[in-house]
Amino acid sequence: MNRSIAIARREFAGYFRSPIAYIVIAAFLLASGFAFQKDFEPGQAASMRSVLEWMVWFLVVLIPVLSMGLLAQEWATGTIETLMTAPVSDTQVVIGKFLANLGMLVVMLIPTLIYVLLLIVFASGRPDLGPIFSGYIGILMVGSLFISVGLFCSSTTRDQIVAVVLSILILALATVVPYLAAQYANLRPSLRTVVDQAVYRRYGDFAKGVVSAGNVTFFVLTTAIFLFLTVKVLESRRWK
Amino acid sequence: MISVSQLTKAYGQVHAVDHVSFEVGKGQIVGFLGPNGAGKSTTLRMLTCYIPPTSGGATINGFDIFHQSDQVRQSLGYLPENTPLYGEMRVEEYLHFRGQLRGMNRAERMSRIEYVVERCWLGDFRRRVIGRLSKGMRQRVGLADALLHNPAVLILDEPTVGLDPTQVIEQRNLLKELSGKHTILLSTHILREVEATCDRAIFIRQGRIVAQGTLDELRSGRRAQSRVLVECRGPAELVKNTLSRVAGVARVEILNGDAHKTDEGYVTAAIRPQESRDVREEVARTVIQSGWPLREVRLEAASLEEFFVELMASQAMSRVGGAA
Repeated sequence: MNRSIAIARREFAGYFRSPIAYIVIAAFLLASGFAFQKDFEPGQAASMRSVLEWMVWFLVVLIPVLSMGLLAQEWATGTIETLMTAPVSDTQVVIGKFLANLGMLVVMLIPTLIYVLLLIVFASGRPDLGPIFSGYIGILMVGSLFISVGLFCSSTTRDQIVAVVLSILILALATVVPYLAAQYANLRPSLRTVVDQAVYRRYGDFAKGVVSAGNVTFFVLTTAIFLFLTVKVLESRRWK
Repeated sequence: MISVSQLTKAYGQVHAVDHVSFEVGKGQIVGFLGPNGAGKSTTLRMLTCYIPPTSGGATINGFDIFHQSDQVRQSLGYLPENTPLYGEMRVEEYLHFRGQLRGMNRAERMSRIEYVVERCWLGDFRRRVIGRLSKGMRQRVGLADALLHNPAVLILDEPTVGLDPTQVIEQRNLLKELSGKHTILLSTHILREVEATCDRAIFIRQGRIVAQGTLDELRSGRRAQSRVLVECRGPAELVKNTLSRVAGVARVEILNGDAHKTDEGYVTAAIRPQESRDVREEVARTVIQSGWPLREVRLEAASLEEFFVELMASQAMSRVGGAA
């Protein structure tokens, strides 16, 4: 575990040595600021439903940008060889990289807590903190899944551009497509059931204040599956 | 310290490394020598547990590379080809990171970093960003990393490539100093490198070991294959019999038996001396005394350098042949 943390810390510090972290954070705060406007208008209930739901869409694009280099760069520069010939396991490496990216997500979210403060100070009624809290938990859960998908894509290639495009594609398939389908298409009931399993819908529950065991299990499980696949890709260099 | 037996790596039909066996004793420094693509890096990658062998095995510091990979990696320092490093990190920060990966606590890291930084002449560069260092400095950082946890075994893949001549000499001296404390296996495609630093050399070509031993052993092995060529005008059979009786001559062979008709009657005799004796004087005198006009007496020395050049050339040839 100490070794995973060493890797996570190195990766995390690395984010702030390139402009990427700053660009992503700025883009995220700018976009969520606009989204918060809707929650912050007079006459609105004192909640953050709108901004919390929008955040998921932003993360579809922003998380892959953060995760694209995590492993692809190791392949490209050859540092994977020094890394894997140190006494660390493939799993420790994957967990370390995952934690670094999760840390970045937390850093992105912390400034948005100011919205909560604004609501408490300026909203006419006292804001209901429950759904806000569960909404943040939901963001972290969705974020974890996105990170594990991004990490998986990063492990399959030495080209960061390929990694970022691939993961945005996969994440869009899991979120945007079912959302649009549910909104605009006339779906057969069987298909509707599938669409209802989609990420955005499960996330919507969190934003409403519902933390269900089913949803938590869904996110933990899917995250674990992609992390597991990433470990397998790392191991695959030994199968050749 | 390092014991390799029948190590093999096959990629489909191609054997990158083919039943390689050798031993490196404690405190020895051994050169792994061969042309590019001979399988040097692949062998080192198997020894460092980066890739598994197809068959065969090896132990490092008594640990099996397949079943005890963690202990193996803990007991070796590895400098891969081209020294891959995290360019955005600073030297000291990188060494701390590498120490953490090996489970060293803060105090251990501090004292060992102090040592390796001094050992590898990195004192003025501790706070420098690795990506902005020259190739030679990066090599030193890589070596400092390999030494960090005071490993029993050092495995260095082409440690002097890209260094300028002064740095090469510094590097050699450092390796010699280190060889007492650490067992070192280094790969190179430069014979002089091995002559300057190594106790023993292992020649590898197309994944197979073609010769190994101390440099003196290898040299005297080659000298036994030297021969003296004599060109004189005389009857082939008589020349052969006469020269065979000269003291110190082991065997005589006439290279162009029926040449006396074409080449103005000159024959060429190849003489193998006994025990690397120099028989040229005796042979020349005998030829003159027999009244045969003498055109040339020449020692055809078989040196380690020639052997190595042949080795490199034959790999290049076979690669061309394989591609055709």
